[in-house]
Amino acid sequence: MMKNQYIRVLFVDYGMVFVLIGLCVLISLLTISDMHPEDPSAARKLASSLVKEAGKDINVLIVARTTAADEAFATTLKEELENGGAHVVGVELGDPSSLRKRLELLGQQDERVDFVATHDFSSKWRVLNSSSRAEMASLYPALKNLKIAKPTSYRWPTFLTANNLIGILNQNAPIAIMAIGMTLVIITAGIDLSVGSLMALAAVVAATTLQSYLGGKDASGLDVVLAFIVAMVVCALAGVFAGVIVTLFKVPPFVVTLGLMMVARGMSYILAGGADAVKIEANSIGALYSSSVLGIPSQIVMMILLFVVAHVVMNHTAFGRYVYAVGGNETAARLSGVPVVGVLIAVYAICGLAAGLAGVLDVSHFGTGRPKAGEFYELQVIAAVVVGGTSLMGGEGKIFGTFIGALILGVIQNGLNMAGVDSYRQMVIYGTLILIAVLIDQLKKKVVKPASN
Amino acid sequence: MADPVSIQSPSQSQPLLKMTNVSKSFPGVRALADVNLDLYPGEVLALLGENGAGKSTLIKILGGVHAPDTGSIEIDGQKIQIDSPTSSQDAGVGIIFQEFNLIPALTARENIFLGQENSALSWIATSQERETARSLFERIGVQVDPSALCRDLTVAQQQVVEIAKALALKARIVVMDEPSAALTPREVEGLYGIVDELRRQGIGIIYISHRLDEIDRLADRIMVLRDGQHVGTQQADEMTRDEIIELMVGRSLDNEFPDETRPVGEVRLEVKGLSRGDAVQDVSFDVRSGEILGVAGLVGAGRTETVRLLFGADRPDSGSVTLDGQELNIKSPRQAIAHGICLLTEDRKGQGLVLGQTVQENFGLPNMRDFVRAGFIRKTEETSAFGEYIHQLQIKVTGGHQVAETLSGGNQQKVVLAKWLQRNAEVIIFDEPTRGIDVGAKYEIYLLMNQLARRGKAIIMISSELPEVLGMSDRILVMHEGHVAGCLKNAGVSQEELMKLATGTREDTAV
Repeated sequence: MMKNQYIRVLFVDYGMVFVLIGLCVLISLLTISDMHPEDPSAARKLASSLVKEAGKDINVLIVARTTAADEAFATTLKEELENGGAHVVGVELGDPSSLRKRLELLGQQDERVDFVATHDFSSKWRVLNSSSRAEMASLYPALKNLKIAKPTSYRWPTFLTANNLIGILNQNAPIAIMAIGMTLVIITAGIDLSVGSLMALAAVVAATTLQSYLGGKDASGLDVVLAFIVAMVVCALAGVFAGVIVTLFKVPPFVVTLGLMMVARGMSYILAGGADAVKIEANSIGALYSSSVLGIPSQIVMMILLFVVAHVVMNHTAFGRYVYAVGGNETAARLSGVPVVGVLIAVYAICGLAAGLAGVLDVSHFGTGRPKAGEFYELQVIAAVVVGGTSLMGGEGKIFGTFIGALILGVIQNGLNMAGVDSYRQMVIYGTLILIAVLIDQLKKKVVKPASN
Repeated sequence: MADPVSIQSPSQSQPLLKMTNVSKSFPGVRALADVNLDLYPGEVLALLGENGAGKSTLIKILGGVHAPDTGSIEIDGQKIQIDSPTSSQDAGVGIIFQEFNLIPALTARENIFLGQENSALSWIATSQERETARSLFERIGVQVDPSALCRDLTVAQQQVVEIAKALALKARIVVMDEPSAALTPREVEGLYGIVDELRRQGIGIIYISHRLDEIDRLADRIMVLRDGQHVGTQQADEMTRDEIIELMVGRSLDNEFPDETRPVGEVRLEVKGLSRGDAVQDVSFDVRSGEILGVAGLVGAGRTETVRLLFGADRPDSGSVTLDGQELNIKSPRQAIAHGICLLTEDRKGQGLVLGQTVQENFGLPNMRDFVRAGFIRKTEETSAFGEYIHQLQIKVTGGHQVAETLSGGNQQKVVLAKWLQRNAEVIIFDEPTRGIDVGAKYEIYLLMNQLARRGKAIIMISSELPEVLGMSDRILVMHEGHVAGCLKNAGVSQEELMKLATGTREDTAV
């Protein structure tokens, strides 16, 4: 009985976790491909295997492109080879033609080169293929034994790389953050259609505040913070407004937030003066987006922290209890002394605040205030909440579920991008998968829940 | 004509309906075990049993909502298959559930004929339907305007529409599930007339009710279920009330109400000139420490509306409320609760509990401040506090994590009570505390009320059941059309006297 209970909870409450895992496995299998490492650790491995197999008495030319990552690769490779006792005749950071010149120069100087150490990409340059090497060997005796050394390639899902996974989280952080606020609203049996527009409003308000009132290009980091706070407060107040109309005038939340959605979008364009984006000159504008904590982009850290806080609030505070109660049975909650009006207003305010934060992140990302930021995001946000198992009827739902829901949508989108599906087909598949995910959830509840008498 | 009791003896005629060895199990529960039921034309078969005895399941099988695991159903001696609500209707079964299946925004006529259109595109012959509806109402003996919207009809009228709907489908077997639960005494009289009329027309009626008065008045035969078992079917006039109760609960109850005399103390709550619109007009009364004040009256007399004012659920136009000599200005339930005034609403499911939440969460809802430390809910403290009430009130739950929806009515009532006791309620208002609760659990609620009164609480009990008012109250306040019609000491008062006050045929303000 007890064991059954746990299995039930596992499937009913956390069934979506299995969907997420299944999706990850599926996309991983579909994206398995040859991986060609180009990072410093690959350079280290290459150096040690080269010295081990060919001995210390070798002359090596290191070849890479001019990018920062390649430079790091080349530097590490040089250090490691020299530590191992090999002789590095030179480091060529450039392109095929510069490499050809370099090789010809070495040939003319009769400087013996045994290996060109490089990565997979550069090893495919035509100048390094066997026929042009043979041609050079015939011209210059120093290049007679020229061989190519590169890090070993292996097969691995492109999906399952740290870069890609962090990319998914980073791209979806604004939506996931807004989904936290939306979860609260939907648990109270409400809905908030205005979040996408509020996100744009926040972006434009932050930008115009910075440009018009905080000194434009002279704005300091503190001014940027101030502008962000102003933008978020504006959105929170918009949420309060929606909450007041919903509670005091009994207008359905759908209609109130539909109106707010249009007003906020229109205001964004008006504030932007009809432009596509409000320019921001403050140079610290991108700091929030580009900073990171322990190598993880700070907006991901922020998102995770907010999910943890929201989870604790919903499960361990009176406010959380009240939110569930208002959604479960508003009358019973009111007659139990729950301050229903206050709870509802707070919930819409929190949702607005979350949208404001998403807008601020957008500004920091793009460095401009875009009045069309967050277009159709309200639907993606609602989808994340619903896929996460929150009932639109109110009264039930979990913050953790929303996190999973947001991840599921992000992973699907990422998978479709990797598979090279065009954006129209993506929409169809995306929508279908949302329906299937929710359907599975419903069926599971039906199967697992014992029939009532 | 006025004497409908011409029962065709079971041995002479063929039964209209015969259900044989019907069994049904749900995961973990045996809801019905080998139940037999037979129903003859022109008889009223009372189906009795405590909540959870299997009455609803049996009816749902007849109605095609559930499929039986085993057993057979015969109508007119012909074995038939009922596997959907439609096939049940086709077989001539009409079921009037407690929760009506009417669409509020459609007219009575439209509701009656809903689903009988030949096709979705067929032309509706409005005038013909209206005539048919009128003749159906005539047959039932009650006139309802076929063009009235259902949401504008009274509960009794809606019930008539439901019955007409069943008759329009040519139902020969009519099942009524607690038809009187939401009716006023006068409307119940009307219902008796309808049942008699249907019986005279040879329709077989299965009548489910908790009220033994009605069984006495209506039933030809009585069938009792207990824990899914069929414990007996007998002629109604061969059974006494005590025997019926004994059969239902499996043990004998010496008395429906506990005997109790308590000392009554100081005035705690005093209400003066309370008014709100037409519903409550100039209502004044007081309640003393250790006293149970019964509030009687017809449905719509303003009883619930009055206590909602005390509880802050609605705001009064005028009047004053004084608690322990201090005048209160209550604007919301939250403030009423803070003053120790608590309400157990008549509609437990709709207003008393958040059904989807656990019992412990419901218990904690008004008591958060007792369990919150530094912003966080101490769930262990909440669990142990609730545990004490589980013990004290004998709440039958598997634990605090049980979802409120899954509890029986009596236990739900106890959970609501527990949350108010933790709030240290001083004035406890019970609105129809035993509605829909079975006999055994009722007695427990009565004992609890007495126990609370003994602890010096002031108790107000609204009840539409006069025996309950007479059995429990120290004093009785009778309301009529928003006014206080009288306030009587409960000594030698008869049901008839209360009824006269409640119906406004006698004015009396003696205390």
